[in-house]
Amino acid sequence: MKKLMISTALSLALALPAAAQDPDPNARPGGDIIITYKDDVATLDPAIGYDWQNWSMIKSVFDGLMDYEPGTTTLRPGLAESYEMSEDGLTYTFHLRPGVKFHNGREMVAEDVKYSLDRVTDPETQSPGAGFFGSIKGYDEAASGAAKGLSGVTVIDPATVQIELSRPDATFLHIMALNFSYVVPKEAVEEFGADFGKHPVGTGAYSLGEWSIGQKLVFRKNPDYWIAGIPYLDSITVEIGQEPVVALLRLQNGEVDVPGDGIPPAKFQEVMSDPEQAARVVEGGQLHTGYVTMNVTTPPFDKPEVRRAVNMALNKDRIVQMINNRAVPANQPLPPSMPGYTADYAGYAFDVEAAKKLMADAGLADGVETELYVMNTDPNPRIAQAIQQDLSQIGIRAEIRALAQANVIEAGGNGSAPMIWSGGMAWIADFPDPSNFYGPILGCAGAEPGGWNWAKYCNADLDAAATAADGMVAADQADARLSAWSDIYMKVMEDAPWAPVFNEQRFTMKSPRMGGADALYVDPVSIPINYDYVYVSE
Amino acid sequence: MAAYLIRRLIQSALILLGVSVITFLLLYILPADPVRQIAGRSATPEVVENIRRQLGLDQPVWVQYGHYLWGLLHGDMGRSYLQRSEVATLIAARLPATLQLMLGAILAELLIGLTLGVIAALNRGKPLDTGLMIASFAAVSAPQFVVALLLLYVFAVKLGWFPIGGYGTLSHLILPSITMGIMGAGWYSRMMRSSMLDVLRADYIRTARAKGLGRMRVVLRHALPNAILPIIAMIGMDIGIFMGGVVVVESVFGWPGIGQLAWQAIQRVDIPIIMGVTITSACAIVLGNLLADLITPFIDPRIKLR
Repeated sequence: MKKLMISTALSLALALPAAAQDPDPNARPGGDIIITYKDDVATLDPAIGYDWQNWSMIKSVFDGLMDYEPGTTTLRPGLAESYEMSEDGLTYTFHLRPGVKFHNGREMVAEDVKYSLDRVTDPETQSPGAGFFGSIKGYDEAASGAAKGLSGVTVIDPATVQIELSRPDATFLHIMALNFSYVVPKEAVEEFGADFGKHPVGTGAYSLGEWSIGQKLVFRKNPDYWIAGIPYLDSITVEIGQEPVVALLRLQNGEVDVPGDGIPPAKFQEVMSDPEQAARVVEGGQLHTGYVTMNVTTPPFDKPEVRRAVNMALNKDRIVQMINNRAVPANQPLPPSMPGYTADYAGYAFDVEAAKKLMADAGLADGVETELYVMNTDPNPRIAQAIQQDLSQIGIRAEIRALAQANVIEAGGNGSAPMIWSGGMAWIADFPDPSNFYGPILGCAGAEPGGWNWAKYCNADLDAAATAADGMVAADQADARLSAWSDIYMKVMEDAPWAPVFNEQRFTMKSPRMGGADALYVDPVSIPINYDYVYVSE
Repeated sequence: MAAYLIRRLIQSALILLGVSVITFLLLYILPADPVRQIAGRSATPEVVENIRRQLGLDQPVWVQYGHYLWGLLHGDMGRSYLQRSEVATLIAARLPATLQLMLGAILAELLIGLTLGVIAALNRGKPLDTGLMIASFAAVSAPQFVVALLLLYVFAVKLGWFPIGGYGTLSHLILPSITMGIMGAGWYSRMMRSSMLDVLRADYIRTARAKGLGRMRVVLRHALPNAILPIIAMIGMDIGIFMGGVVVVESVFGWPGIGQLAWQAIQRVDIPIIMGVTITSACAIVLGNLLADLITPFIDPRIKLR
């Protein structure tokens, strides 16, 4: 027996289907903008791309079954016009939007959805995101290569696809909105093979027009896009290989519309103190937390008192000042804009005397030596020095190890780093759900060698609570689920494997002619900006 | 001559083999796991192991190197871990830009270095000479990163004479070429000065002057060609220096060459690209040195290749 059930977020979106799709009254179609980036765009293959800069480009070239309201974390239907979930939460039936065409002119059908999900979980694809699909029935067999394709994904008819799960998963619809689940046409993937990422064909608002390797990419408007009137721009040119400082100079010169890498730290004060320029900077929260991990399996951090003392010793306000107030102090793992954030939690107060007392309680009144690992790019070594100073106040003498990113990640994964300042490698949510901050970085699975749980913190009770929370799939359980997650993070703070330091804010600068709601420029999902809905006014 | 060439070619092949072994081993012992870079943050341990297996990175290092060398000998540099594209394609797409930049740098260093060297020689002992030699000393010692930003700021941002970074036209080429060439220009101005002074003291110059030829004519027609000879042979060596410089200069100016490619690959532990760029640069350096040696006897018949 199946019952029609739609999550609260979605029913809201369905009740007002035109809310975000309605053209912005001020929007003017047409125009071409220039975005710059320092690093190459590695690939536009949605099964593979997992970079800062290609993330929202892929979102503009491809679509998933689910999508988000522009500028928000609210789910809405994408390629699926509607869906049903069975009462036990184990079966989802998606009804595809009719008449959606790939850039090659062929109509997108249910078979493409199945092909795309089979492809991303096929070990030969080497997708970094394969693990997100672990709740789909048949994932283990497909991922290990024992079976070809996911047995849980069935094509009912060309317009209907059914996905069976092996366990209820409250994050499943977010997964269906994640880049890795985006729908690709089989014939194009087979034609280009491993080079599909350089010749992407999707259903998205833009198609790739031109790609000169190492120089630029040109995205052209898809005139047949399934949302009428979208996108506004005729084309987007992404210029590659420009230092952030150079990009800023060019923006000031009127040659660039959005510097993709943001405002370089060294220029931040200068820009913000000029009212004309500051007015063109959009500030927004992001799903990011910067933290110090303490390896709970090695002394002195095997003692909870020491970990709590560290939490109390850090002067977070001073650290935030050091980075020109580009962040807000944090007291828990979740960032404030994430559902499930505990707003009334006070956190560990900055209190050196109390911290010293905790150290004495732990039998370390005479102090202790340790190491603090940090990524070697500005401002991280400076932040590490501030942390080092704060820690020395309570007798923890931390030696700073500033290394390249890959080396810090390695030391964190294999457990040889007692403390790590996460700057430059910190967790930014893949999708806006509290569970995304737990499993890989605080759960037992991530504590395995090579995992991203650098504190090596593993609390079986919390793992069980997390599984239970993600099993709450019914619409009327949504609030209970968020409070369950809030409890989990509060327990984490009691054990204190991390000292949360700050939540970075995003600052996107744009040229005077760029139009569209500010939220589009700090879109929590389409990072850095939502290319589909911005426009130019001139 | 033929025997010399064959010997040099064999030597070159051995050098390239050595470069490939050393680079491969260095990358192997690097305390950073390329698989982790590919797999990203959310990958489960199974996903990580799967990628490792697919790429053959679970094999012993000599097996991995064997595979790599076998591919290389068949003209296959492998595929980038992160971009998935063929390394040969990526390098081929970017090599023209680097060659352009190197050509520009050679022109810049010769033009600046030789002119200033001649001027200094002709004004020996005068304040102009001293000033130029101090300037050349500064040029040799200035870090490229600083020179690049300084030139950008003054000539592109403040004066607006050149574009602020980028690639495509001749005006894009000028600032990066000067940045790359300025160190060589410093060296060459000093070499040119002393070479010129030697030549100006030579008997045939005095003879030419005694014949009643004008000073400028003697300098340009008789002294300059002879003074330049030892410098031409040095240009081949510059290729090695430039190969190091392109990493910095290309990054600052947004020049889409192989230096930029290498820099990005190093940060992400994209081993096939690092190997590919290293071997390509090594080839260029070996070739440059070989050419320099081969040209020398044509310029100076007193030198014979054996």
